[in-house]
Amino acid sequence: MSTVGTGSNDKCKIGVYVCHCGINISSKVDVSKTVRFAAKLPHVTVSREYKFMCADPGQDLIQQDIRDGRINRAVVASCSPLMHEPTFRNTMAEAGGNPFLFQMANIREHVSWVTLDNTAATEKAMSLISAAVERVVFHQPLMPNRVPVHPDVLVVGGGIAGIHAALTLADAGQKVYLVEREPSIGGHMAKFDKTFPTLDCSACILTPKMSAVRAHSNITLWSYSEVIGVDGFVGNFKVRVRRKPRYIIEERCVGCLDCIEACIYKSGKVPDEFNEGLVKRKPVYIPFPQATPLVAVIDAKTCIGIRTGKCKMTCIDACERDAIDLNQSEEINEIEVGAIILATGFKTFNAKRIYRYGYGKYSNIYTSLELERMVNAAGPTGGEITLKNGQKPKAVGIVHCVGSRDNKTNKYCSKVCCMYSLKLAHLIKERTGAEVYNFYIDMRTPGKGYEEFYDRLLEENVHFIRGRVAEITDWVMTPEEEGKLVIRAEDTLVGVVRRVPVDMVVLSVGLEPQPDAEDVGRLFNISCTREGWFLERHPKLAPVSTFTDGIFLAGACQGPKDIPDSVAQAGAAAAEALALIDRGYVVLEPNTAYVQDELCSGCKTCIDLCPYGAISFDDEKDTAKVNGALCKGCGTCVASCPSGSLQQYLFTDDQIFSEIKGVILYA
Amino acid sequence: MGYAKHRGKIRFESDLEPDFSKEISSIPEGEQLFSCIQCGTCSGMCPLSQYMDYTPRQIIAMIRGGFKNDVLSSYTTWLCASCYSCAVECPKEIKLTDIMYAAKRLAIREGVYPKRFPIPILAHEFFKNVDDSGRNSEGRLILRLLLRTNPLRLFNQAGLGWRLLKTGRFSLKKESIVHKGELKNILKVLEKEHMVKSKEELAPGREAGS
Amino acid sequence: MSYLYFPGCSLKSSGRAYEESMLSVFSTLGLKINEIEDWNCCGATAYMSISELKAFALSARIFALAERQMQASDRADIVVPCAACYLGLNKTRHYLAEHPKLRRKIYKALNAANLKYTGRMQVRHPLDVLNNDVGIEKISSLLVNPLEGVQIACYYGCQLLRPYSDFDDQHEPSTMDRLLKALGAEIVDWPLKSRCCGGSLTGTVQDVGLRLSYILLKEAKKRGCDVIATACPLCQFNLECYQSRMNRYYKDKINVPVAYFTQLMGIAFGLSPQQLGIQRLFIPLKSGAGHVCL
Ligand SMILES: Cc1cc2nc3c(=O)[nH]c(=O)nc-3n(C[C@H](O)[C@H](O)[C@H](O)COP(=O)(O)OP(=O)(O)OC[C@H]3O[C@@H](n4cnc5c(N)ncnc54)[C@H](O)[C@@H]3O)c2cc1C
Ligand code: SF4
Ligand code: SF4
Ligand code: SF4
Ligand code: SF4
Ligand code: SF4
Ligand code: SF4
Repeated sequence: MSTVGTGSNDKCKIGVYVCHCGINISSKVDVSKTVRFAAKLPHVTVSREYKFMCADPGQDLIQQDIRDGRINRAVVASCSPLMHEPTFRNTMAEAGGNPFLFQMANIREHVSWVTLDNTAATEKAMSLISAAVERVVFHQPLMPNRVPVHPDVLVVGGGIAGIHAALTLADAGQKVYLVEREPSIGGHMAKFDKTFPTLDCSACILTPKMSAVRAHSNITLWSYSEVIGVDGFVGNFKVRVRRKPRYIIEERCVGCLDCIEACIYKSGKVPDEFNEGLVKRKPVYIPFPQATPLVAVIDAKTCIGIRTGKCKMTCIDACERDAIDLNQSEEINEIEVGAIILATGFKTFNAKRIYRYGYGKYSNIYTSLELERMVNAAGPTGGEITLKNGQKPKAVGIVHCVGSRDNKTNKYCSKVCCMYSLKLAHLIKERTGAEVYNFYIDMRTPGKGYEEFYDRLLEENVHFIRGRVAEITDWVMTPEEEGKLVIRAEDTLVGVVRRVPVDMVVLSVGLEPQPDAEDVGRLFNISCTREGWFLERHPKLAPVSTFTDGIFLAGACQGPKDIPDSVAQAGAAAAEALALIDRGYVVLEPNTAYVQDELCSGCKTCIDLCPYGAISFDDEKDTAKVNGALCKGCGTCVASCPSGSLQQYLFTDDQIFSEIKGVILYA
Repeated sequence: MGYAKHRGKIRFESDLEPDFSKEISSIPEGEQLFSCIQCGTCSGMCPLSQYMDYTPRQIIAMIRGGFKNDVLSSYTTWLCASCYSCAVECPKEIKLTDIMYAAKRLAIREGVYPKRFPIPILAHEFFKNVDDSGRNSEGRLILRLLLRTNPLRLFNQAGLGWRLLKTGRFSLKKESIVHKGELKNILKVLEKEHMVKSKEELAPGREAGS
Repeated sequence: MSYLYFPGCSLKSSGRAYEESMLSVFSTLGLKINEIEDWNCCGATAYMSISELKAFALSARIFALAERQMQASDRADIVVPCAACYLGLNKTRHYLAEHPKLRRKIYKALNAANLKYTGRMQVRHPLDVLNNDVGIEKISSLLVNPLEGVQIACYYGCQLLRPYSDFDDQHEPSTMDRLLKALGAEIVDWPLKSRCCGGSLTGTVQDVGLRLSYILLKEAKKRGCDVIATACPLCQFNLECYQSRMNRYYKDKINVPVAYFTQLMGIAFGLSPQQLGIQRLFIPLKSGAGHVCL
């Protein structure tokens, strides 16, 4: 540690602290040189360097300088303010300084990590320090805003993650709104028969949780609904929810199925979404027996009554509870919540995109999700695994990595498909006795009890061929291939190409972000990764937070995840929300707008522009006036004011121009 | 094959050429080969892997590992019919067909391709034919190929030749372009590049002829 | 519309019927097409195995000649019927466009012969031209002799579709199917449309090459085809000229005619067998389901 002091005794006394960040910064930036440079800048009274400024001894340096009266403003040149601005503001406050007489220069992300040349890095670091020093001169002492937190929470998406988060919060006494866009909650898990690696019956562990949601007095469940608007900020969100018309009065329906029986369609007409289109359903339906809420829904696109009005409407007569209302219209509900948890899950890869796998072209090629329905005892075949001709398959091929680990579709590994492929292999073997061939690139089974499950499958004599399937075709080369689907792949462990004739193929499709993930992200003002998964605040240290305070993530919407991980994350997200509510208030940046009366010409341009109605007009003074409690600091009015009267704390013209001046002067 | 031809299932570090992968990957987009995940899609797609001594996937692994001798003397690269099935389906977008070409060229330059194997001989004949006269004379090419590899097959092919002749699809006339000089001039500029420069280029840091 | 024509070596010898029938079909459709003067070998497969650089130069000379033959203001596409040449020329175009270092070398070499390459010529296959420039409508309007009842298996081969062509789907090609269907034929659905026929391996390592071609023939026959339509001289040669040998090798009795798709189009247009080089086929086109082809 070295110190360079100048003896300036001006009112404004700035301390500059340059951090080495271990060697993250110092391996590129000549830190001592920047310290000597900073010492000569105007108003700088202290200029120091330290290995880790964020560590206690680093913070102590600043505090000691404040206490000893050497400085009253500080510049720390280190990492991104996203990381440590709060830390150092706190440091200032604890030593009796004002936390806002502080400015950070980011010489790690913006300099050392992205610059190859050491000299250039040092130069750039110095210009950023110069800019920060120039700026901090114009900082004003401010007080942070404290705003109370609304105690209710919104959970979006009723898969296992959303369900678990909602129940955790509700059990803690919080009021929860659970918004699910499908007619029932349950998500993907509701479709499975068994779950890996323990082979628990999926319904047996999920149904009780679904019923608990329905019964919980703290939970308002809005199924068949979507969030259409989000306003406000952490602790105080205003959310608008559209409740799509299900043409059934939810409070009256008891799920007796009479209407479905009575519908003029004698049999199903539209592909049944819940059963992955393996069977058809009627316009009026209940997706599955354990649906929650257990309330019928009428699909307006296919119901003749709704479409044309010319239907005998036998459903209405059949309903003894008068629950059917074909004239129902959508309903918009507005709610206020303090925190939001997004748990919108994933969708599976469209197997048709890989032409060589013949999905949609040959029969008896299924996606894994279709097979999940087929093995489900409550599914369309009653749990029977059968071919189109009704027979049991004698040989089944399971193709891993369909739409994963492939530059042309998705580069990432979908993480759960190796394990669910093993699960399906076991179930197929158990139900049909067929020979089962797993074609895999790498077997990925990290997790408690997962490798053991793989061992079990190996012992069950399932075939494992290490090779990505090249093609699935119906042209034959040998008599035993006649009438079969032929899977061609290299058995890479042996180094020969194999042609394996099978009766049925299961494509283990990868997990993809929901198709509307980008839109949902925009709605909630959070970012997505390049693939479209919701972006967490920090991949290791803030895995359920987002860059928007008060919005948390749970489950597969953040990236491919199995049920245990989804539930763990949902618990974590609920805990984060509870922590926020429990504290009861949030501290907001004091970045509100203010009018400089002497400059305001009274043109009233700003008044209508403020999206929050925070500006009013003072007729007496003939100037505009900002209500600090309503202003959200969006800056719209500041940019619009023709006379430059409107300014915003933390971003005044002086501050911004002097910062620019600092960079330019240096160069 | 057996143990007589191959040096068994062990390679000592001294058997390997660590720079081999660099040589091969110096072709345009060749660095892609380092992203191979050994999935075998290429081999599964390849209509010829059935006849190869190493599958296309193994060739990539061997290039990465520096198995220069094994790769250059293999039949695999020569059996490759340039059908591009591997290249278009590789999940890592590795242009395997181009890599096969690069290995073939290196094998010819270093003279280590499988001897008496007709494919490199055909390539040579074709090359000379075209270098000489600008065009390939199909009939003459086939004749020379048979003479150089297996003259006995001439009889075997006689029937085919006769039928081609009869339908006007075969001639032993030497095809040629008019402006041979023009073509010679073009190729001459590249001659040096092709023999020396591109060798340097293919083998950065190595002496020519090593 | 006018085109330049690059025949390549095969269309002047074993693939003569392809040239004859293609030119006849083009002129029936009123398309002007001029052969590139003094064209040379494109530097395909076998040449590429010896020198990539020189192979690019060979193709580049062809482009340069073509550019010289046309007015600078004219943009004429080069029609290339042979799949190997099509790929070779296209590959050169792509590489010269994408790799400046290579481009500089080739420019230098062309310069030595006072030739210039600017890259304004597109490489087109007749299938592309017929489908996209002429259009199915125009083609079916010239139909006089419908190919009714003829079961055709369209065989595209590999190098026509992979990896550079953009006029058809790599996995599920359909341009030839569409043309022949419009002329009344029935198209056999088979999955080997773009599987490799063995290329020059039939000539070099015969057991390997024959087997690859045999797989195709066997499957086409199994699916009930009367004739296989091809779009490449090498594919046609392999599937047709080696058919009797395959029968001997594999103790089979396949007897499927293999014609160029342009020959079949010509028949439908009512052109004479001579104009289409029909007499050059080893296996005569015979009637399929009552339709008299010849
Ligand atoms: C074939 C297959 C088999 C599997 N087997 C197993 C297994 O055996 N064991 C295991 O641990 N894991 C398994 N998994 C993984 C498992 O499916 C996931 O871990 C789990 O479903 C993730 O739960 P989730 O709640 O995050 O998402 P989801 O289950 O996808 O639920 C998301 C919910 O959000 C709703 N939603 C989406 N967008 C909106 C919106 N904008 N507004 C309102 N609601 C919305 C959806 O309708 C859905 O109900 C399997 C996956 C597949 C594909
Ligand atoms: S709408 Fe009426 S008939 Fe239909 S399930 Fe509900 S209660 Fe039964
Ligand atoms: S209105 Fe008609 S079509 Fe619609 S659900 Fe009722 S009976 Fe069925
Ligand atoms: S989990 Fe297994 S099957 Fe799924 S993408 Fe990863 S490696 Fe492939
Ligand atoms: S910055 Fe201006 S426009 Fe924005 S909320 Fe505040 S007063 Fe309204
Ligand atoms: S397909 Fe590509 S990634 Fe897979 S083994 Fe072949 S070269 Fe490697
Ligand atoms: S290009 Fe060569 S290696 Fe690749 S699939 Fe075709 S024959 Fe096999």
